[in-house]
Amino acid sequence: MSSEIKQIGVDRPLPEDVDYLNFRFKPFKEMTDEDYAFIGFRSGLEIHQQLLTKKKLFCRCPAGQYSSEFDAEILRHMRPTLSELGEYDGTALMEFKTHKEILYHINRDTVCTYEMDDTPPFELNEEALDNALEIGLLYKCSLVDEIHIARKQYLDGSIPTGFQRTTIVGLNGSIPFKDRIVDIVQLGLEEDSCREFSDIDHRRVYLTDRLGIPLIETVTAPQMITPDEVAEVGEILRKLTRSTGKVRTGLGAGRQDVNVSVHGGTRIEIKGVPRLPSIPRLTYNEAMRQFNLLRLRAELNARGVTPETFSSQTEDVTRIVSKTKYQPIHDAVKAGKMVRCVKLSGFKGLLNWQTQTDTYFSREISDRVRVIACLTTLPNIVHSDSMTDTLTTAKWKEVRKAMNAEENDAVVLVWGDSRDTETGAKEIIIRAQEATVGIPSETRQALSDGTNGFERILPGADRMYPDTDLPPKRITDDRISTCSSELPEYFWKRQDWYRDLGVLEDCIDSLSISRFADLFKKLVEEDQINPKFLGVVFVQFMKRLRKNNVPLEDLTVEMVEKILLAHKTEKIAREGLLDMLALIACKGDVLEENLPKIPSEEEVETVVTASATEAVKLTPDVDGSRHRLAMRLAMASLKGRYSGNKLATRVAAALRGLN
Amino acid sequence: MTNNDNYKGYRGEALATLKRFKAMVWSDVEIKTSTGTFIGIVLPRSENADPLHVVIKVRSGYNIGILSEKITDIKITGRKEANYKIPEKEFPYSPGKPMVKLFGTGGTIASRLDYRTGAVIPAFSPGELYGSVPELADICNLETEKLYGVFSENMGPEQWRGAAEAIGKEIEKGVAGIVIGHGTDTMHHTAAALSFMVQDSPVPIVMVGSQRSSDRPSSDAALNLMHSVKSAAESDIAEVTVCMFGGTSDVYGLLHRGTRVRKMHSSYRSTFRTIGDIPVAMVDRDKITPIRQDYKRRRDDKNVTINTAFEEMVGIVYYYPNMRPDMIDSMIDNGYKGIVIAGTGLGHVNKPLYPALKRAQEAGVAVYMTVQTLWGYVQMYVYDTGRDMMDIGVIPMANMLPEVAYVKLGWAMGQTHDLEEVKKIMHTPISGEITEREPSNGYLIMQGGVPEVEEFISKYRK
Repeated sequence: MSSEIKQIGVDRPLPEDVDYLNFRFKPFKEMTDEDYAFIGFRSGLEIHQQLLTKKKLFCRCPAGQYSSEFDAEILRHMRPTLSELGEYDGTALMEFKTHKEILYHINRDTVCTYEMDDTPPFELNEEALDNALEIGLLYKCSLVDEIHIARKQYLDGSIPTGFQRTTIVGLNGSIPFKDRIVDIVQLGLEEDSCREFSDIDHRRVYLTDRLGIPLIETVTAPQMITPDEVAEVGEILRKLTRSTGKVRTGLGAGRQDVNVSVHGGTRIEIKGVPRLPSIPRLTYNEAMRQFNLLRLRAELNARGVTPETFSSQTEDVTRIVSKTKYQPIHDAVKAGKMVRCVKLSGFKGLLNWQTQTDTYFSREISDRVRVIACLTTLPNIVHSDSMTDTLTTAKWKEVRKAMNAEENDAVVLVWGDSRDTETGAKEIIIRAQEATVGIPSETRQALSDGTNGFERILPGADRMYPDTDLPPKRITDDRISTCSSELPEYFWKRQDWYRDLGVLEDCIDSLSISRFADLFKKLVEEDQINPKFLGVVFVQFMKRLRKNNVPLEDLTVEMVEKILLAHKTEKIAREGLLDMLALIACKGDVLEENLPKIPSEEEVETVVTASATEAVKLTPDVDGSRHRLAMRLAMASLKGRYSGNKLATRVAAALRGLN
Repeated sequence: MTNNDNYKGYRGEALATLKRFKAMVWSDVEIKTSTGTFIGIVLPRSENADPLHVVIKVRSGYNIGILSEKITDIKITGRKEANYKIPEKEFPYSPGKPMVKLFGTGGTIASRLDYRTGAVIPAFSPGELYGSVPELADICNLETEKLYGVFSENMGPEQWRGAAEAIGKEIEKGVAGIVIGHGTDTMHHTAAALSFMVQDSPVPIVMVGSQRSSDRPSSDAALNLMHSVKSAAESDIAEVTVCMFGGTSDVYGLLHRGTRVRKMHSSYRSTFRTIGDIPVAMVDRDKITPIRQDYKRRRDDKNVTINTAFEEMVGIVYYYPNMRPDMIDSMIDNGYKGIVIAGTGLGHVNKPLYPALKRAQEAGVAVYMTVQTLWGYVQMYVYDTGRDMMDIGVIPMANMLPEVAYVKLGWAMGQTHDLEEVKKIMHTPISGEITEREPSNGYLIMQGGVPEVEEFISKYRK
């Protein structure tokens, strides 16, 4: 076996007693729980959730300010270190030689010299630590007595230091799920990475605004047994962290990695799933991919292609294909690029072997060539199994002849500059040979169509090491009891109570994780305000305000409490509440002058009489049109200050009096 | 393994707890506490950490500390000792390539980290260096020698002398160039010392370090090493220079003259700057580009003057308002032979110090004035105070950097204690430590926020 072959996962054995590989994978919608049980579907989650802190985790830059504008850029290369790899194997070195230039866009409002890796870390953000400890308590974790900051290496450049500062605050927690529990393996606190802006050829560009924002990483045990369960557990975890009011919300504030394995497969991690609803399809496709790669191995072995007998050959075929009309190769040759051909003995037809939905083995190869050889313009390979028009049949024949390809061989073309195609050809061979062994250990990337693509070779197991820049930090019992006192009630318990109280069903879910949940409880229990009404205010009113772009983040719980109490004492009419909330959110505080003037009895009487008189003058009474008009006129001066119901009654009475 | 190693770094309660349950460093354990169960490997504890916690590495690779008073049981399930070795690959010999000698003084320009303890294991043999920076073999044939193993702040006259003598021997042997790996904090002191102790070298002598240790993927160490080795092997700049990043990006390095360079930021990669002048050259992986022409050229002889005499009883006084004369008095009383003052502005101290300075003159102590502004010349004629000071024997030292003046005064007084002779030596530039003129681009500290500077920063990589 070539020493350059990637690590192959051997986590789980193939079942022996059933005809496993003859299982027919059904379309996504037709798969049943029994099907997933048969293939041994197992999945776990790693949820990354940004914390709502004012500042970043290891420096004092503001957290949560995003901007793609930048005023400077710096260039770095990431170099594999001895500590990561033990020693440089051929692959690592090759990867390094075709290395990427990493460019960071720097905006000085959101990034300081710490994120640039030009200043050592400042002390850990205490606010973030408290938030994390609280969530650890919610998970019923064993909290760590003394936290140690570790460095977790990343060579992709997503963090300018080349490692992420990270620590664990809790271990061995659990959450209830259906009629069982799901274990929380660990809860980490770490700094967020850069956002990728572009990745073309040998240059990758990152935005640094997100870098350094505190986030928690929740790792569950792989105890979910269907794709739907994975999303459901993700949803519970999302709500649980949300219910603290101490996490960020919005696009990108929560991201998950999902790991999947099947019988005979290995634990594969799919990174960067932005939305929970996309999880079922993604995990389905990964299960299918692993299963189909196992079948591919069986097919290859049946053809006599094993790790030992695997054979391949690479030649420069630029001259042969130089006259092709196939655009990508035509353009490459014209630009003086090279075309290499790789012959894979015994692989005929297998590049079209299905791996995922509408996805074939050739993409596994193309992905590797794209990422490792930096040939990023697609298509980056064509092959003799291709169903679409590429080279003409005659041209393929010529290529095959030059390669001495036999009937059962497949040939693959790759083009680009000489060094990249050399790397690319090697990667084609490596990936093909891996197919004879099993499922390569790699991290994969979630794609929007529900499939996943190669992201990078799995980093070495030993990529964690202590951060020598920061001392360990003791977590005292006092600190933990302070955090305990801040804990929200479990949202599922809140929901039960809301149902008992008769809160509208469509308000219950949101209210149970709302930052107003504690206020709700107080107003119901101490101030005897109607729970159903409060549910509407805290959920539906807020939704409407958000829709009208009212800055809800400026609306504090205290302000809302003041307004609701003012309503209770009839200082604000129900009709005026929404406007009042919007006004307060914009103005910043509940001031007496902001409160509407409650009209005197005389004023109401005058308005009602005048409106009724005017209505009688202006319109005949057809189907209540007089009442509607009189109401409109009266509301114009009493809106938000006087109860609409009472007003309607009085206007009706006044109209009757005029008749 | 000694008993101490078995409990490395543990004290007090944590030590007692480990002993009670017969657990040791590297034991694979299951620890039961009043708040939960933890599984992992017991790690050594940092000597200056508290005596209350036991540290384990859990299976995911993270370390955690467990409060020992909470521990109710430790079950030992095995033992996994860390055993790290830097992979060595034989540095290939290429007949056509120049021979470079790399001296180590203790900086960790190439190293790997012991994951479990966090300790840095320096990599230094050619094989180890080749294992971590294989590109070096494309440049030269390499020989290494470890001179010292001390932190930068512990480098001093003894090490300067040793390094100078070792350099002399290598030049006699005919190497093409010399590289000295050094901690960055005092690299400019050593660079100045070697500039005086090693004169008229026929080959480049390049000092190098790193601001980010080489166990980090973003380290500047490998690139600095490549730049410095390339400069030593190929450049015709036969001077003592410091070779470090020019900007924070991985783009180019600068070769700074050893007597005009200073570390100017506590942590930036591009911390070394030439003060009051411009650097000698830019260097990247492909080429060396001199940006001035007045440097000493490489020769093919093997002649060099090594002069390592050094008077250690000299010191620097950094003047501040309200300084009392006892600061100077104490140096005189303690037998100091020379004092360099870093004065304010053009080179001033307050009046109350005058009597002490007069006493120094009478006691035969040499007193030299430099400026704490770093940029610019001492000018003691402009104000009366300056003239008064010269009357009591304070000698202006032009635009020599305070640290360089300190090193040079020690070196000069190593030659002679005749103060007139010392003065002559001090005033005769040996390696650019005094320049006759300050070019207008020798003082550039761009000020952020100014529109034209912002434009520059957005246009060029930092």
